[in-house]
Amino acid sequence: MAGNAASIRINGTAVEPPDDPRVSLLDLLRERLELHGTKKGCDQGACGACTVLVDGERIVSCLALAVQYTGRDVVTIEGLAGEHGLHPLQQAFIEHDGFQCGYCTPGQICSAVGMAAELERGVPSYATGDLSTRKIAPSHDELRERMSGNLCRCGAHNGIVAAITETYAKEDR
Amino acid sequence: MIPFTYARAGDAADAVRLGGATDAKYLGGGTNLVDLLRETIERPAALVDVTGLSSAIEERENGGLLIGAAARNTAVAEHRFVRTRYPVLSRAILAGGSAQIRNMATVGGNILQRTRCPYFYDADGFRCNKRNPGQGCDARDGFNRTHAILGASSACVAVHPSDMCVALAALDADVHLRGAAGTRTVPLTELHRLPGDHPEIETVLEPGELITTVELPAPPPKTRSLYRKVRDRASYAFALVSVAAVLGVEDGRVTDVRLALGGVAPKPWRARTAENALTGGPATTQAFRAAAEAELADAIPLRDNGFKVELAKRTITAVLGELAGGQA
Repeated sequence: MAGNAASIRINGTAVEPPDDPRVSLLDLLRERLELHGTKKGCDQGACGACTVLVDGERIVSCLALAVQYTGRDVVTIEGLAGEHGLHPLQQAFIEHDGFQCGYCTPGQICSAVGMAAELERGVPSYATGDLSTRKIAPSHDELRERMSGNLCRCGAHNGIVAAITETYAKEDR
Repeated sequence: MIPFTYARAGDAADAVRLGGATDAKYLGGGTNLVDLLRETIERPAALVDVTGLSSAIEERENGGLLIGAAARNTAVAEHRFVRTRYPVLSRAILAGGSAQIRNMATVGGNILQRTRCPYFYDADGFRCNKRNPGQGCDARDGFNRTHAILGASSACVAVHPSDMCVALAALDADVHLRGAAGTRTVPLTELHRLPGDHPEIETVLEPGELITTVELPAPPPKTRSLYRKVRDRASYAFALVSVAAVLGVEDGRVTDVRLALGGVAPKPWRARTAENALTGGPATTQAFRAAAEAELADAIPLRDNGFKVELAKRTITAVLGELAGGQA
């Protein structure tokens, strides 16, 4: 376990941060580690294709300077599947046609995993009526609002919401 | 990006020492600064990472709240005191950015984020006095649907993009600063400058001065608060007009009102003219509309943004009406 504070843990492996502080976390993943699952869409924080999880929280890796993430635990789409196959949300995306071209998909899935943790923690959204409650039902409106940082040009949003609902909200429906 | 050095500050004193260097800039979550570095609109020689400084959210004995400037936007919005006692602040933060952006962005960085005026961003194609002082402003006679109707100048018509700051303005927040000369406190409403002849100078911060903490006074008793944002799409867009309001009504009269506007001015716009018109008077739709008319009386619309004047009036009237109605 190379948990040293000067390295970045990426999908369980310790990685040295880049010498050049201009390198984004996204470019570190794609250009230096050849983890091409995380996608570069707009490179300015508007599309969400580059979403990854840092210590379980979703961020856009294009606006993250890699040097800021030493000592942190990064999980990309490549790190989501377990020994026994796909992450349940990945499987649900396949079953519900949660994509067409697939370019936004890794970001959508990482984002939804982070979103589920936020819901579990009781984080409100702009769509939440009662801010005092920590038990927020993952309604269609809640999910659409919470996933608004991930664009899909193919228009697979209905399938995406269906896949998320099946994975995280089924028992609440 | 042009090359820069990077250092992580261990504490506020360390940050101010490092931040005192020529052409140094403080780095929070990077959600605005990294973009501006990439566009070479920001060209610092050194970045001082202040995300390791205080992010604590603590209740004060006087009933107020201290928020460390490194607190992430999500952490503030979900905090139990904020969501129950300052709901207007939770709602304003949740109206801004996306969840990913809110997880990264700090409170200090949100306050100091720069305008999203497209002419400011387009360094190759257009003139901008904020980017290149004295160059001229192509927004003033350009596509200015999203630009300012209040507080602008002949040099600059850009708006401040923050939602959070609009709520902080309505809540009478103070901003604690630390610089080489020591510490001081500035009301949030006085932190940002109007552009005048120098739109490149956006705040009253001295070079190297750092935002360390935001302080909220105790929530005004017997009031309710609301944030409403009007934008081009339902989520993840900047405000055309937004309204943060705190309202207290007793026996049909306004006992307390604090009102701030976003999306219409170069800074979070505290609507004191409207407040003065309302305080002590009847809490009626007619009074709310008259106060909104008074606040917008000095509005100067540009070619494309005249709609904001009426939109702001209607949004103010609707928000105050909702708060008053819920109290009756």
